[in-house]
Amino acid sequence: METMKVQNITPNDLYWKIRYNASRCTLCGSCVAACSFRAIEPKVERRRMVFSEGELPEPKQRFSAVPVIKQVNSIKNYCRGCGICEKVCPNDAIGPVRNPDTRHPIITRCLAGDSIKRGGRKNLGSTTRTLDKIRIGRISQMTDPSLDAQRHTFDLLAPFGRILPPAKLPMGVTPEGLLQMQKEAPPVGWIYPVIIGDMSIGALSWRMWEAVAMATAYLNEECGIPVRMCSGEGGMPVRLLKSRYLKYMILQIASGHFGWNRIIKAMPHMTEDPAGVLIKIGQGAKPGGGGLLMAQKVAEHIQAIRGVPKADLLSPPNHQGLYSIEESVQKMFLSFNAAFKFRVPVAIKVAASATSVSVFNNLVRDPYNIVGGFFLDGIDGGTGAAHEVSLDHTGHPIVSKLRDCYLAAVNQGRQGQIPLWAAGGLGKTGDLAADAFKMICLGANGVFTGKLILQMAGCVGNDQGRCNACNTGLCPVGITTQEPALVHRLDPERVAQNIVNYFLAMDQEFKKLMAPIGNSSLPVGRSDALVSVDKPVADKLQIQFVC
Amino acid sequence: MCRIGAIKSLDYTHPSQALLLMQSQQKGHDNSGFAMVMHDLGGIFESYKHLPTLSLACTDEGVKVAEDILHAAGFNRVMQWVPETNPLPGLDINAMPNYLFQTYDYPKHVRHLGQKEKEDLLLNMRLKLRKALERDEMGFAYSFWPDVVTLKEIGDPKDIGTYFNLWEPDSKFTAKVITAQCRQNTNYDIVRYAAHPFHLQGYTTLANGENTFYLKNVELQRELHRGYIGFESDSQCFLYTLHYVHRELGWPLSYFKHVITPLPFEDIERRDDKEQLLAIRQSLAHLEINGPNTIIGVLPDNTMFTCCDAKKLRPVVIGRNERMVVFSSEVCGINEVLPDRDWETDIYPHEREVVAVTNDLEVQRWRQ
Repeated sequence: METMKVQNITPNDLYWKIRYNASRCTLCGSCVAACSFRAIEPKVERRRMVFSEGELPEPKQRFSAVPVIKQVNSIKNYCRGCGICEKVCPNDAIGPVRNPDTRHPIITRCLAGDSIKRGGRKNLGSTTRTLDKIRIGRISQMTDPSLDAQRHTFDLLAPFGRILPPAKLPMGVTPEGLLQMQKEAPPVGWIYPVIIGDMSIGALSWRMWEAVAMATAYLNEECGIPVRMCSGEGGMPVRLLKSRYLKYMILQIASGHFGWNRIIKAMPHMTEDPAGVLIKIGQGAKPGGGGLLMAQKVAEHIQAIRGVPKADLLSPPNHQGLYSIEESVQKMFLSFNAAFKFRVPVAIKVAASATSVSVFNNLVRDPYNIVGGFFLDGIDGGTGAAHEVSLDHTGHPIVSKLRDCYLAAVNQGRQGQIPLWAAGGLGKTGDLAADAFKMICLGANGVFTGKLILQMAGCVGNDQGRCNACNTGLCPVGITTQEPALVHRLDPERVAQNIVNYFLAMDQEFKKLMAPIGNSSLPVGRSDALVSVDKPVADKLQIQFVC
Repeated sequence: MCRIGAIKSLDYTHPSQALLLMQSQQKGHDNSGFAMVMHDLGGIFESYKHLPTLSLACTDEGVKVAEDILHAAGFNRVMQWVPETNPLPGLDINAMPNYLFQTYDYPKHVRHLGQKEKEDLLLNMRLKLRKALERDEMGFAYSFWPDVVTLKEIGDPKDIGTYFNLWEPDSKFTAKVITAQCRQNTNYDIVRYAAHPFHLQGYTTLANGENTFYLKNVELQRELHRGYIGFESDSQCFLYTLHYVHRELGWPLSYFKHVITPLPFEDIERRDDKEQLLAIRQSLAHLEINGPNTIIGVLPDNTMFTCCDAKKLRPVVIGRNERMVVFSSEVCGINEVLPDRDWETDIYPHEREVVAVTNDLEVQRWRQ
């Protein structure tokens, strides 16, 4: 017998172990074919059978070769627990089981000598979320009646663009006693308070990105819900840039500037202005880190859109050439405002940080009035690819930071001048309306969401280590991959339908939250409507403590 | 819930009419106080219209403190009226020891100054008086403004009327504009300042309702103007917004309605002036009100107006004859004051309407 090597990897070292019942398996091969990670494979096992044929026991043994499905013992092709094998098995013969004794974080580092990378969200077991400790506790009853969510009308829109203080509005009174604009004010779009967050056409499969774009167009044109979608860094198809649907899109520019060559070339042919430009400085899921698109996902169409060869595409952690907030205001904001002749609002996205208020203060005090939105992204946000250590250990929760920024504006009498948009784990429990509503009461004008959109599409990943393989390009449900075979698993019409339906449901739920507090427009900053059963949370957020 | 009422008349009218207006509506309020602001004064104040009158309720010490402050600033008292009180046993009134209405001439060094400088000085003086009198609750400086007097007290409005002899009409204490309300701020602490009508630099408002955007309003207003203080009642926000829109921004009154109850976006989109309306909605989003409300307001030129919340959740009715227009929460109040009017001309404004009454009693109805 060969000497045992304790360093060899066994399923017990991995996150997930495959449960396999040979007696139920018909060896149809569906599971092996469907596993995008190649984490299971057909093998032949030698089996010994003892039997007796005579009247008295006369044990004999027989050996046979039996085909089975086995888990691959490898840190490259390890099981991610996605459960696709279970989904396709007609006989419930196979499926992943979480392994609480995993040594994966250690052995992966030991064997690879490289940091662990993955997609998804922070995976550390978390305590109760702050938003779940807050309730909408100020209900209108006697003196101020509740509204009727079905009967009354509600104004569910949020501003995107720089808003001038009233005394600076360029308006004069005509002899007839009417106000008239004397010159142009900064552009502001009034849009749905939930923006579909920035996920690039490289991070997502073309079918997934198209499905989100389809849902956005449908929500706008058929449902009357003016949702905007942010492109993510990496541009977008030229056909879309030249189409009338561009008005529903927010173009993102990040430190890699990917995709902008094509955008600029398409500008003379644009028939509509985009809804906005979002300058991405940081991302909540991996603050201080730049974008990361692994070579395996840089398919031909990605190379074409971005104008790059097939290689790892790493956006630098910061915008090269920007060394101060003032500089960013002067250079980036002015140039992007000028690019669309000051018709398109330009906003900034930063990762929530202990320093966010300072950044916000600098922007809100800028004398040019050209920062059209402050997008603040918290630690619970998702990503297509990041170092696990960043995902799990860097970042700042969104709730108190958003509140800090709002109160900083209030203290200067500048609330609302730069719209605040928040993200980072909102809708994590599946209930985005409630999370968004609470953030709005705390001072957000709106929220943006990415990971939840993927979950609407059928993403099987979760925050307990399931799947999280968006970085590999092997997404088992065709969402974050460019492999044609995998992409074709995704039905874009079904995805678009799911997203549209989710937004319709959420729209109803917003009204069901606004009606009892008696508000027909969004209660931005109405922290008096919130209560918390947690004293430190109540104190920090300056809302009422109740018990 | 409050009941509010206001009278605008071509003739000088005695406050007994305001008491009458409110008395029949007493089932709808809790009779916890009486507050009144009068503009365009007659009687003993008629010849002092251009000089500021201080309306003060205070202790003996408070009188001294207030007078010392005004004298030190160079103001000279030219007239004082101390209403005769009638402290019968058993009256439900929580009276202050002194009620003074003192008219002052401006200090010499400001007499040549422009209107705005004088108005700023008057506000500064009232804020100073208010602060000084807050110590030990020495008193309450309700208004210090030309051609305006204010009376506020805690107790049963009927008894307050008896205490101040307001039930007996006379020609000494009259005005062409009287706004009144019969309820203390029972939602929160009972503070004399918290009873509306509220007055600031010639603007007066009173309201029936609940402003559920109170916190949003307060958080912005606090930083907008030094005169926006107190916030003892959510209705004060209406006054400050009116003052800000009409005086500070210099916008016509019709835009006040666009600020507090902006049109829905889909309606704005269809308007020719959508650019202006959107700009207003954007920049003044924190002055929007929500919740049920009816507001009655008076401008420095004595124009009186009323408007409601965007869902018309609170009532108001306007009745009139040739000499008088009366605003009231309930029509029964108008029936007392103008029993012989043609009630078919009564106006029940809708949620997008502003009804304004000019000094010659022209009633204008503006659709937002």
